[in-house]
Amino acid sequence: MIEVRNLTKMYGDKLAVNNISFKVEKGEILGFLGPNGAGKSTTMNMLTGYISSTSGEVLIDGTDILEDPKKAKANIGYLPEIPPLYVDMTVDAYLSFMYDLKKCKLPRKAHLKDVCNLCKIQDVRGRIIKNLSKGYRQRVGMAQALINNPPVLILDEPTVGLDPNQIIEIRSLIKKLGKRHTVILSSHILPEIQAVCDRIIIINKGEVAADGTADEIAKNITNEHKMTLRIEGPEHSAEDKRVIADAIRGISGVKYVRADMEREKGIYDYDVETDGKTDVRRAINKLCAEKGWNILMLQLSDLTLEDIFLKITMGDGLEKAGSEKSGKSKSKPRIDLKTSEGGKISAVQEDDDEEEENDDTVVSDSSEDNNGGEE
Amino acid sequence: MLAIYRREMGAFFTSGVAYVFLAVFWLVSGIFFYNGVVASGTTDTSSMFSSMFYIVMFLIPVLTMKLLSEEKKNRTDQGLLTAPVGLWEIVLGKYFAALTLYIIAESVVFIYAFILNYLGDVVWTPLLGNYVAMIFLGAAFIAVGLFISSLTENQMASAVVSLVVLFVIYLSEMLVASFENGGRFKKAIYFVVSKLAFYSRYVEFTRGVFSLPSIVFFISAAFLFNFFTVKVLEKRRWS
Repeated sequence: MIEVRNLTKMYGDKLAVNNISFKVEKGEILGFLGPNGAGKSTTMNMLTGYISSTSGEVLIDGTDILEDPKKAKANIGYLPEIPPLYVDMTVDAYLSFMYDLKKCKLPRKAHLKDVCNLCKIQDVRGRIIKNLSKGYRQRVGMAQALINNPPVLILDEPTVGLDPNQIIEIRSLIKKLGKRHTVILSSHILPEIQAVCDRIIIINKGEVAADGTADEIAKNITNEHKMTLRIEGPEHSAEDKRVIADAIRGISGVKYVRADMEREKGIYDYDVETDGKTDVRRAINKLCAEKGWNILMLQLSDLTLEDIFLKITMGDGLEKAGSEKSGKSKSKPRIDLKTSEGGKISAVQEDDDEEEENDDTVVSDSSEDNNGGEE
Repeated sequence: MLAIYRREMGAFFTSGVAYVFLAVFWLVSGIFFYNGVVASGTTDTSSMFSSMFYIVMFLIPVLTMKLLSEEKKNRTDQGLLTAPVGLWEIVLGKYFAALTLYIIAESVVFIYAFILNYLGDVVWTPLLGNYVAMIFLGAAFIAVGLFISSLTENQMASAVVSLVVLFVIYLSEMLVASFENGGRFKKAIYFVVSKLAFYSRYVEFTRGVFSLPSIVFFISAAFLFNFFTVKVLEKRRWS
């Protein structure tokens, strides 16, 4: 349905999109994932013919977007990052204008009614767009893209700025649309992509960094498993940390241990990675029982899309992340439950990029030596 | 093209630009009509028409300032440029919307003619000739304004630059007036500028000469600037 071959875009000297190729089959929902400035919007603008490519081709249903733009564009419904709404028109007048602009041949009244029902904007049809909330505007933008039932829908961050309810609504709408249309959807919100898309393309620095389902991508990157432990040592000191980390490292099947920051007074967290074949939980429990340490927490954390995303976008792409496994310490930002003074439990997101540099050097260097030493 | 034309006509009225434009146009032309025709006790409308040049020059930037600049600023151009329409359709849709409003404003001269009809005998031929000339003058100026509107995202910048450009077009022939008797080089400049002059071509009509070359000149200018506008939109896509 959509075919992109060696698409490249230069802005002056700056390479925005570099040699991207992919194919989207009919009825597929493709997720475009990437950090801000990765070239998602640029790619989408090229797909829809808003800007031209420096080189490469975009074929929509076999038609080159630059050679026969009118025919190719007739097959596309596009919702840009900022919906192209004329804010001084009413919703009805605007949709009617888009209907004329797209030279739609479907019966006007019935079609506009269908589209409005689908996007749930029936009750605001008479209102001026200027006075609508962000969520409604987004939905009007969506309705605009759906006019003339284009076989291809390209949605650039369709849920940005919506409240959680609206996000869920839009997601289910996109899923519904995916049955009849080919959908390309961009986002930097990971759960959204995971929930909606059949296939994911991760773009980083203008290049395709990964392509496949979330599981496939995860498999390509690693076959290991991770867990987070919180262990109380006898002395409540930094010395504990070293001893415990070394001891865990000695367990067979453990590939890598990293002592994390102090979560409670004198008590540390440990990130443990296994080879994926052995279940080390019992061994760790036994070890701690023998030594008289207390396990306060054990949390399994398999690779989420978030991990994959960070790994790909923070490192230098898939190959490096796949081969250099010690680079795995770049774990996801953890959500930690913390009890505040008032007794309220709050979720705190901690970004451990900084302390990583300090802790990493201390512990991770000897990980290979100890691995399997006590088999 | 029709969709864009209709939307643009609607936008003129919902945004209030049309009311400002029509009110000022009719007010000032009314003053010219009273001073130049009624108060001086004549039914000759030519002096009114020659003053009309200034109204056209000052008011056309108001009409064209937001046509393309606002689209770019609000990113609504993404909707237009990704719809299955050509660039010429977009530009001409907007162009003809502005031209229509201009013709509506200008047609007020028929009301003046109607008033004159009670005061004396209206000389219809020069009046119609001037009316047509004014349409084509406006057609050329609107194309210039639309072109400048395509260059910027800022409405005010668009309006001011359009005004300055139209003013320079108006002044150009006076600036080179002294070159007429100069050397070969100065003469050449004089020749070129006076051939490209808008004002003296327009004033010619008010003296009772219906000059077909001037009409062709105005149409060519309109076409040329619309062509430039299309190229600007195209270039933005390719840059």
